[in-house]
Amino acid sequence: MMVSLFSQFDSPWLLNIPLVLLALIMPWKLFVSFGPSWAGTRSSRLVYATMETLMSQVMQPLNKLGFRWVVLFSSLMLMLMTLNVIGLFPYTFTPTTQLSMNLGLAVPLWLGTVVYGFRNHPVIALAHLCPEGAPNLLVPVLVVVETLSILMRPLALGLRLTANLTAGHLLMHLISSAVLGLMELSVMLSGITLLLLVFLTMLEIAVALIQGYVFAILVTLYLDENL
Amino acid sequence: MGLSASQIPEPPKKDLPLWDVKLGELPKWVARRDISPTGVYFAFKRAELKFNNKYVHVKRGGIAPYAMMLTGYCIMSYIWSYDHIKHDMMRKHH
Repeated sequence: MMVSLFSQFDSPWLLNIPLVLLALIMPWKLFVSFGPSWAGTRSSRLVYATMETLMSQVMQPLNKLGFRWVVLFSSLMLMLMTLNVIGLFPYTFTPTTQLSMNLGLAVPLWLGTVVYGFRNHPVIALAHLCPEGAPNLLVPVLVVVETLSILMRPLALGLRLTANLTAGHLLMHLISSAVLGLMELSVMLSGITLLLLVFLTMLEIAVALIQGYVFAILVTLYLDENL
Repeated sequence: MGLSASQIPEPPKKDLPLWDVKLGELPKWVARRDISPTGVYFAFKRAELKFNNKYVHVKRGGIAPYAMMLTGYCIMSYIWSYDHIKHDMMRKHH
């Protein structure tokens, strides 16, 4: 049973093309379509309005210098949210369940913020390693702890997204198998489990959206430290 | 100064659309099409533009194109992963 539970996260191949390619193209095909009208379509205006509201929240901690990154963060957030939500449809593949992809997003973004900080104002960036108001005796320990915490950031960023989505998908897989298995035993129990599955699906949609938001907002916080 | 009528190249003759091709003539029809990578790319691009102009870039659009795209995506994902998930199906003989 253990083998088949995690096998849902393998990317199947057909004619030497992996399904992950189709899954990654989906957000692009759903949102990007340039038409004859300059005002855009209803749906593109809806997406734009939603992103405007969300990005005003995400970019709040940043100062004017950081507004250069709004396109990057908005596209990152939209892509993650879309990939996560589309992964909840039946038979689809969620690329964000793969640690490789999430680390591939997290490490360059985090490293970019760190290198930017060290390049532009190295003294201030190093000063961040020692929090203000700390007792002098603790400073060496604190510097080591802060360095470790900075080094752990990309791992946490990538792993958080992977773990949340993988756990959610696994749980749905397990509970749906339980519903099917219980149907022969007791229909009422199966019905209660099905109700649980409905609520879990609603939770999963929320988790999918929130995880995308959290990823983007954490990167803005790391950038804010180094601006 | 300009091109005479004989110098202007003739537009390519429009071939039969796929719906009107008889089954027996299908291989010949496919051979007539442009199967190079650019040809395949532009064929997909034409289909995408046709779909977008019909459903997406309209004044009062709805959920139709997105529902169709997601349904198509789910069906394609099922076909893609059939070999992988057939072992999980409730069948008498696997």
